[in-house]
Amino acid sequence: MAHGPAKGFSRWLFTTNHKDIGTMYLWFSFAMFLMGGVFALVIRAELFEPGLQIVQPEFFNQMTTMHGLVMVFGAVMPAFVGLANWLIPMMIGAPDMALPRMNNWSFWILPFAFAMLSSTLLMDGGAPNFGWTFYAPLSTTYAPPSVTFFIFAVHIMGASSIMGAINIIATILNMRAPGMTLMKMPLFVWTWLITAYLLIAVMPVLAGVVTMMLMDIHFGTSFFDAAGGGDPVLFQHVFWFFGHPEVYIMILPAFGVVSQIIPTFARKPLFGYASMVYATSSIAFLSFIVWAHHMFTVGMPVAGELFFMYATMLIAVPTGVKVFNWVTTMFKGSMTFETPMLFSIAFVILFTIGGFSGLMLAIAPADFQYHDTYFVVAHFHYVLVPGAIFSIIAAVYYWLPKWCGNMYDETMGKTHFWLAFIGLNLTFFPMHFVGLAGMPRRIPDYALQFADFNMIASVGAFMFGAAQIMFLYNVIATIRGKHKATAEVWDNPEGLEWTVASPAPYHTFSTPPEVK
Amino acid sequence: MNRSVEQSNRRLTFKLVGVVVGMFIFAVYVMPPMYDLFCEVTGLNGKTGGRYQATESIVDTSRQITVQFVATNNESMPWSFKPQLQSIKVHPGEEVEVRYLATNPTSSPMVAQAVPSLVPFKAAQYFHKTECFCFNQQPLDGGESAELPLRFIVDQDVPKQVHTITLSYTLFDITDKLILASSDR
Repeated sequence: MAHGPAKGFSRWLFTTNHKDIGTMYLWFSFAMFLMGGVFALVIRAELFEPGLQIVQPEFFNQMTTMHGLVMVFGAVMPAFVGLANWLIPMMIGAPDMALPRMNNWSFWILPFAFAMLSSTLLMDGGAPNFGWTFYAPLSTTYAPPSVTFFIFAVHIMGASSIMGAINIIATILNMRAPGMTLMKMPLFVWTWLITAYLLIAVMPVLAGVVTMMLMDIHFGTSFFDAAGGGDPVLFQHVFWFFGHPEVYIMILPAFGVVSQIIPTFARKPLFGYASMVYATSSIAFLSFIVWAHHMFTVGMPVAGELFFMYATMLIAVPTGVKVFNWVTTMFKGSMTFETPMLFSIAFVILFTIGGFSGLMLAIAPADFQYHDTYFVVAHFHYVLVPGAIFSIIAAVYYWLPKWCGNMYDETMGKTHFWLAFIGLNLTFFPMHFVGLAGMPRRIPDYALQFADFNMIASVGAFMFGAAQIMFLYNVIATIRGKHKATAEVWDNPEGLEWTVASPAPYHTFSTPPEVK
Repeated sequence: MNRSVEQSNRRLTFKLVGVVVGMFIFAVYVMPPMYDLFCEVTGLNGKTGGRYQATESIVDTSRQITVQFVATNNESMPWSFKPQLQSIKVHPGEEVEVRYLATNPTSSPMVAQAVPSLVPFKAAQYFHKTECFCFNQQPLDGGESAELPLRFIVDQDVPKQVHTITLSYTLFDITDKLILASSDR
């Protein structure tokens, strides 16, 4: 058996190596991050001033839809799967993923899904324009013809995520090194195990809901059509039954990442390991019984509103436990502020802000005021950008020296952090104010009183976008760099991945390590 | 990778694929009927039930309920569609017949479907229809008119605080949908 990777393109096409596949996932998600970012900048450029300047409303709607879809399914989810591929086998002392050939397939169908999705931009009638939540009947009766391509793209993305999740569960449950009990696993592994269960539970529901759309559009059924005995509100229930666990799919691995990084730079073990595990599990469980808080305004009975309101507020308890544990881990630690730590601290602070605006939205009577305004946009961008995206960037800076064997440029990393930090707050903080003042989301034009805040948001967005180019440059320069990293990279970090050389050899833990 | 790990990987994979298939079936075949059933039992969304078999019952003449009728056309539906009466006062337990009027002003034959909704939601389960045009599709030739019958009983057990029930029908144009469905078969 050959011990090094094969040469040329076939190495990447036929690889079953978890490190190769992890790398491909991460590059793919970065490409999608840039594409979704360009869509976002089209939106922000149009909203720089009131009135229509750059794009037509129809195209604007396609941009908001494609931005959401590409960022959720193309950038955030594959990035976390990429991190899981790279790190989980090394963290639990396994030689590779449990199902390496399926691993290859689950990656390689993704580029086709997104090629199909983005090709809709060039089709007659344009790309999907119904928002990333694709509510029926906007996505059925009134959808552009390209909706069928959208449906199949979602099917393929779902299949990819499901295969990835099955692989991760099998790896974690069956491939741990001797002595690595469940409660000794690093938190990143724990959060991914729970995330993978969420994925196999709800991605089929997403597949189901788009299948029902397909049948309504092409085969004359009436799942979501009131004329034939269906109900458009049913769409919202099924969609959010998928959608709410989905938002935790995008944030639980982020919790895992910062739980790895903060102890290293605080030079203290993670505070409350067991409570972190239980908190993550409770969040995952609660995510299944809160979906209707996305649809308080559809006309629910008071009992329903109250149930979903209280259940939603309950999620603040385990989330609060986690924030408390991160802060307590840092408390009286001898902290240093390298780039991964800066991103992680910003994660804790800004994610908490996003969590609090989430609590405001959870209050059913108040939600009628906030529903479908920019306040919602501000809320979910505060949990996803400094939440999911910052944790992914922190993870890349933290483990990049292990992956490629070279140290990144710290000054450039810190500059990236501050540009991104200031840029994102400039972009999303003013959205709270315009939202509370009544600016609706998904519109290409707005009333004059919102002009100043929107201009600030647009400037911030371009600043945030530019910072990511710097990130790309830094990563490429590091891969080509000469500044060698040590095996440990950081000051006494915890975890099996730091016991192998930097860069990590192509095959690690062919004989399982001893875990005490 | 040794034999036993490979075997347990395979077993676990089959189980997880089972969960995936189960959740897909749950989403497509269980959730929609469950939703309909849930709405019908609780009266959520103002969904009223199907045909009601009238039983001998005492008319409660001590109470009067106002039933209001609303007619709406869905989006581009060109028919003229309205109730004969704006509202009617009924005693609980009494069977009442009212009519809606529909006209197809176009020159081509069309098929319509009326979809009911009722407020307050908590009255939905006490509103019984013994005959309703909404149970069937309604075809009309171009220029043709029809009187659409509705017979209903308000249950004697309707909660005391309900004084007014508003029954709304939305008329959908399903001509194209029927053509699509028949061409598939």
